[in-house]
Amino acid sequence: MITFETIKLEISGLDAEDLARWIGAELVRADGPPGAWRFEEMDVARIRLILELRQELEVEERSLPVVLSLMDQLYDLRRRMARLNEALAEVPAEMRKALLTRLG
Amino acid sequence: MADDPYKTLGVATDATAGDIRKAYRKLAKKHHPDLNPGNKAAEELFKQVSAANELLSDPEKRARFDRGEIDAAGTEKAPPRSYRQYAEAGTGERYAHGGGPEFGAENFEDLFANIFEQRGRGGPARGQDARYVLDAAFLDAVNGATRRLTLPDDQTLDVKIPAGTKDGDVLRLRGRGQPGRNNGPAGDALIEIHVAPHPFYTREGQDIRLELPVSMREAVLGAKVNVPTPAGRVAMTLKPHSDCGTELRLRGRGVPAHGATPAGDLYVKLKITVGPPDEKLEAFLKEWTQSGFDPRGSMGE
Repeated sequence: MITFETIKLEISGLDAEDLARWIGAELVRADGPPGAWRFEEMDVARIRLILELRQELEVEERSLPVVLSLMDQLYDLRRRMARLNEALAEVPAEMRKALLTRLG
Repeated sequence: MADDPYKTLGVATDATAGDIRKAYRKLAKKHHPDLNPGNKAAEELFKQVSAANELLSDPEKRARFDRGEIDAAGTEKAPPRSYRQYAEAGTGERYAHGGGPEFGAENFEDLFANIFEQRGRGGPARGQDARYVLDAAFLDAVNGATRRLTLPDDQTLDVKIPAGTKDGDVLRLRGRGQPGRNNGPAGDALIEIHVAPHPFYTREGQDIRLELPVSMREAVLGAKVNVPTPAGRVAMTLKPHSDCGTELRLRGRGVPAHGATPAGDLYVKLKITVGPPDEKLEAFLKEWTQSGFDPRGSMGE
């Protein structure tokens, strides 16, 4: 569990008000009450991602929900694809070959 | 390895070199492996304390750690992991679309149902596996048994529990799951066995442990006693002067052999039971002393 103070040390240029707004809009998840937030490593990576989107890719604040929602859906699918691949690796070779041929 | 060498040594982040040396010496003495033979926890602590001291007693390393350039193990800090590495791993479900950790197998199956319906419309498909839980008595799991499982639709399934089944084992009954679609094969029934505890047996792998009550007379004079085992009673000879806590092994009397696994052993631990009040015994013990014997002699003081 990571505190806001730790994140501030790791990510320079992070503004507490920005973060509070993102948490309020459910763009970033945090446990605990406002002011005593606890984050997981993935949340820190997501905060970095949002900063990159805003600063380097010039995504506007009001577009963040759409962009992140699309990304979340994409990653959902990629995780499912990864699981499908794992499952495919376990089926008999013949069946796998037939499937791959069918999929082109 | 603790993350924070300052915490490991119990010193402030602005502690002087002297403070650090003092704290290290105190902890090293306390946890030194030679002073705590066989104490794994102390050995681990000693290693951590030594590593923390090594880092903090070197001004250059300490400065690099303070600046966050190296971690407590002295290795260079890796650049932060990208968001994608988290998102594509299992941790990614934290931000699963639609939220909630419930996202999983069900949605996954929905997705595939859609894919397969769109692609091979009408083709044969294997039925889904059905999962059940079956409670088994301790001895049924040890010796093997057939138990009837009543399914939610009031059908029954006779489940053969093989000898040596452990708590949490999953049995697969082929073709007893959901029916297949368009002549596809049925799924399997997956039955998780929950083994109930036994009033006097406990199981450790293939071995079984048992605490056997014996009378004072049996323990002192020796006796032939009947011992319950999973396969029925067995006569065991108790040597004279068998003390409370003595553990005897009955070879091959634990979990019976199954498959390639040989039978386990039954460990019998003696527990001396004084029994109901007995005037003759009390009268005898009043007259009788064990000169020179102190049962607590080995405890010091």
